[in-house]
Amino acid sequence: MDTMRDRFIATTSRLLDEEPRTALVLAEISAAGFEQAQRRHPDRVINVGIREQLLIGAGGGIALSGMRPIMHTFASFLVERPFEQVKLDFGHQNTGGVLVSAGASYDWPAGGFTHMSPGDVALLDTLDGWTVHVPGHPDEAETLLRHAVTGDGRVYVRLSQQSNAEARPVTGDRFLTLREGGGPAVVAVGPMLDNVLAATEGLDVSVLYATTVRPFDRETVRAAAGGRGDVVIVEPYLEGTSTTAANDALADVPHRVLGLGVGRRELRRYGTIDEHLAAHGLDPASLRARISAFAGQGALDAHRRS
Amino acid sequence: MTNTALSSVSADVHSDVSGGLPSASRPGSSPGFRDLGRLMALMTGDEKHGPAATSTLDALWVLYDRVLRVTPATADAPERDRFLLSKGHGPMAYYAVLAAKGFFPEEWLAGFGSYDSPLGHHPDRVLVPGVEIGSGSLGHGLPLAVGTALGLRAQGLTDPRVWVLIGDAELDEGSNHEAIAYAGPAGLEQLHTLVVDNASATHGWPGGIASRFEAAGWSAQAVDGRDHEALYAAFTAPHPGRPRAVVARVEPKNA
Repeated sequence: MDTMRDRFIATTSRLLDEEPRTALVLAEISAAGFEQAQRRHPDRVINVGIREQLLIGAGGGIALSGMRPIMHTFASFLVERPFEQVKLDFGHQNTGGVLVSAGASYDWPAGGFTHMSPGDVALLDTLDGWTVHVPGHPDEAETLLRHAVTGDGRVYVRLSQQSNAEARPVTGDRFLTLREGGGPAVVAVGPMLDNVLAATEGLDVSVLYATTVRPFDRETVRAAAGGRGDVVIVEPYLEGTSTTAANDALADVPHRVLGLGVGRRELRRYGTIDEHLAAHGLDPASLRARISAFAGQGALDAHRRS
Repeated sequence: MTNTALSSVSADVHSDVSGGLPSASRPGSSPGFRDLGRLMALMTGDEKHGPAATSTLDALWVLYDRVLRVTPATADAPERDRFLLSKGHGPMAYYAVLAAKGFFPEEWLAGFGSYDSPLGHHPDRVLVPGVEIGSGSLGHGLPLAVGTALGLRAQGLTDPRVWVLIGDAELDEGSNHEAIAYAGPAGLEQLHTLVVDNASATHGWPGGIASRFEAAGWSAQAVDGRDHEALYAAFTAPHPGRPRAVVARVEPKNA
């Protein structure tokens, strides 16, 4: 199967053919993949070199000129390093654009902490008006990229090496209800879905699948949380990133929220993605234990109830 | 003691500069350069303005009066020239020029900086007609100007020119150097940078500001920032295939 980044290159190359108002801005990363597109559209495929402030600033200027910029590099260099450019060169200018990252929280664990960006979505949460897509499969990435590029707003698309085995239908706004149960509503974000499904096998929980996390689908979460008001969020970036959004969704009813994700502490470990998932308690066995403990032992045993 | 001495020197410079800004104007005529002092006074309550407030005034006037192809009627036209004020602080001269050229009513000037006024101490493009970018944080305008030039070129709009004004101290910001180093080799002929140099960069620019641009493949020239004819000549000199930088030297901020 191709990766989300492969699909990004293929999809964006087609979008450049189809949509004359799109322009792609790169800072070396993935530039080789866009060589053909650059030959076809030399003025709309722009590699500024290893200059991430300019990557965002030039994208902002392209938006001011009336075009739709797509800016791409690793998440740590797209959102974290030029964060003030993201804040001022789009939001403050009241313009739109599409940020597409690769690398996620630890797609390249052997590369170490400099190439890890667990805080990207939390950072964007400090700004107004950013839609955040976290696809869990290359097919979903393609759908959400098209949705983002053909729109007008400010959109972040977070791509990852991590992927679920199969694609689900995604709409670019609502969460998808995959299982309904009497216990907590477990929200699995993007690539976390397969581990969440494995972790909650046989448990009496609801499972929601979120690929568009901002805006946060309050209505679906409220409906799934039911009378208990228990929500678990499993997200592939900084632990607790969506806890505030879930609390806000349930502000007028008694509720509890468990936020699971990537820990804040720097592990200083290399290795593999699976080893990092386990270290952050995001492997199926750890997730099952943490979700069960939150719900109360026995309360989730669907077999005992039936 | 040293501070006191400097202040008194500084005050003298202020008087000299404000002395060069006559406030008289003929009733009924459209505002000219001689009206800018009066317009600035509507914001500051004082006819006297220090060098920092007026460092950009002559260059801005020459641009809006003789170079930029943009009017209130074409402020949103795709074919207009763009002027991006990157050095957003001390925008009184900019607002005075925009008001003189009719982009917004003179009456707005008196509210400068107040809660209900569109005119802040840093300009906001969403609030002020004719303002191309919101600025204030240094080092954003030149990268935005690079992108604007790229976007215009990609749309086949090769006639409009893009101008950005930065300060010599603003040039400290590394983002400018990303943009300068890229724009030269990219051959962004539509891009123009005006550096108003009042020698306010703490560590200076040994070897000169223009040399930074020239080394990156720009056409660059330094001129007297109070000499309107020299400014006009520098602003309109041809520079085929290359972006253009004009360094306008004015009185040192801390002389």
